[in-house]
Amino acid sequence: MASYSTNQFKPGLKIMLDGDPYNIVENEMVKPGKGQAFNRVKVRNLMTGRTVERTFKSGDSVEGADVVDMEMQFLYSDGEAWHFMNPTSFEQLQTGARVMGDAAQWLKGQEMCSVTLFNGEPIAVTPPNFVILRITQTDPGIRGDTATGGTKPATMETGAVVRVPLFIEEGSLLKIDTRTGEYVSRAKEE
Amino acid sequence: MNWRPTASRTVLARRAGILADIRAHFASEGVLEVDTPLLGIAGAGDPAIESVALELDGRRYYLQTSPESAMKRLLAAGSGDIYQVCKAFRHEERSALHRCEFTILEWYRLGFDHHRLMDDVAALVARVLPGLRLARASFAELSARCGAPDPHLAPTAALAEFAQDVGLRLSAADSGDRVLLLDLLLSELVRRAWPAGEGGFVYDFPLEQAAYARVRDESPPVASRFELVIDGVELANGWHELNDLAEQRARHDAELAARGARGQPSMPPDPRLLAALATGLPDCAGVAIGIDRLVMLAMGGCDIAGALAFAGDEP
Repeated sequence: MASYSTNQFKPGLKIMLDGDPYNIVENEMVKPGKGQAFNRVKVRNLMTGRTVERTFKSGDSVEGADVVDMEMQFLYSDGEAWHFMNPTSFEQLQTGARVMGDAAQWLKGQEMCSVTLFNGEPIAVTPPNFVILRITQTDPGIRGDTATGGTKPATMETGAVVRVPLFIEEGSLLKIDTRTGEYVSRAKEE
Repeated sequence: MNWRPTASRTVLARRAGILADIRAHFASEGVLEVDTPLLGIAGAGDPAIESVALELDGRRYYLQTSPESAMKRLLAAGSGDIYQVCKAFRHEERSALHRCEFTILEWYRLGFDHHRLMDDVAALVARVLPGLRLARASFAELSARCGAPDPHLAPTAALAEFAQDVGLRLSAADSGDRVLLLDLLLSELVRRAWPAGEGGFVYDFPLEQAAYARVRDESPPVASRFELVIDGVELANGWHELNDLAEQRARHDAELAARGARGQPSMPPDPRLLAALATGLPDCAGVAIGIDRLVMLAMGGCDIAGALAFAGDEP
C-alpha cells in the first residue's frame, strides 16, 4: 500500500494508525510563529467508529489503508451470516453480526448497501439512507389525535423499533431514515 | 477561462481601507515608509522557512521571505523608525491560512523593547479590529494556567509526554527534539488561550525559540520575543532585536547547522547584511504582521481566500 505525506492529507483519505484503518474526517495545518508546522487531524477508526484527534509533524508520512467502499446488494441472512452480492461480477461475500451492527435491523433483502472492505474483508455495512418497511406490531392509535405530536413505538417487519406518530396503524408501510432511525412519512403500496 | 477576481468590490474596498488605516497609524507615529527589493541574493536561513529560488542570467536569486534583511541594512545606515508593506514569498503548502505569495507588514521602532512594541501593535490592531481586547501572558504563565510543562525549565521528556497527551505521533528522534516539542506546546496553548472571538500576546520565549530576539540574562534566561494570536490565528511575530555581533553570528551558524542536519539546502546570510550588522544595528524592536490574515479577521472570515483579489490563481 502507498504511504501518504501530510501534504496529501484530506478528508476521506484512509490511513493506518496502530494497526487499524482510519478515515480522515478533518485536516488542519498549523504553522506556529517561526517554527515547525503540524497537521492537526480528526480521524475515525473504521473498526470501532470512534473519532479521535491526532497531530502529525508536517512532512511525515503514514501508511495508507487498503480500504474500499463497494456498492453491493444484500441477498439474505441465515441468522448467523449476512450475504451480499456484487451486482456486476456476481461475486458474493458474507459477514457476521458484529460487522453488520445497526445496519442489520433495516434490511429485508434486495437493498443496495455500501460495504466497506479492509484488505478485502468487510468491516462495515452502510444501509441505504431511506428504507420502506411494514409495521408488524403497534398499539392502536388514539382516533382524532393527530395534532399533539405524540409518538408511540412500532415494530417493523425487520425487527427494528421506530417511534411513529399516534395515528399510524399496524400494517402500514413507512419510509424511515436509517441514519437517524427516525420515521419520515407513510409510503404508498407498490 | 475564468479570469474574474474572487473578491467583490466590497472586499477590495475593505482591504484598501485597512491599508489606509495602517499608513495613518505610522504617519501619526512618525514612522517612515520604505520600499526595498523583493529579489535578493540570499534566502531565509530559518530551517522552518523555504525560499523560492529563480535563475537570472545564470545567477541564482531568491524571492524574499520577508523584507527583514534589507530593512536591517537601512536601520544600520541610520534610517530611524521604518515600516514596509510588500509581497513576500515562501515555498510552502497552501492552506486556509497559507499562500506561497502573501502580503506582509514589517516595521522597526528605535529604542523600543518587546513590551513597547506590543503596545504599538495593539494600537495598530485597534484601528482595524476596534472593540477587541488583547490579553497578554508570558509563555510560562500560559503553560502554568493549562497545567502544561514549563517551556523554560521542564525536561524534554515532560514536553514529549505533553505532546503525546495531545495526540502527537512521535518518532524516537522527534521525542528528543526539544525545539519541535516547544513549537507544538506553543501552538496548543495559544489555541486554548485565544479561540474564536479572542486575542492576545504571548511573550518571553525559551532560548530554543529565540529566533533573532535578544536574550535577557535572568534565571532562567528568556528571549524577548512575542507572538500575537487572534481567533486562534497567529497574526504577528516580533522581538527586541539582537544587536550583539558575536551572538548574531552564532545564531546564523546554528541555523546553517540545523538546515544541514535536516538535509535542507544551505542558506548562508547575505554578506551585505553581515557587513551592516558589523557596523551595528541600533537598539530597536521589530515585528511582522500577515496582512491577508488581518483582512480576513476584519471581515470575520476563517480562510484568507476571502481576503484576496485572485484567490484561485496560485496553483
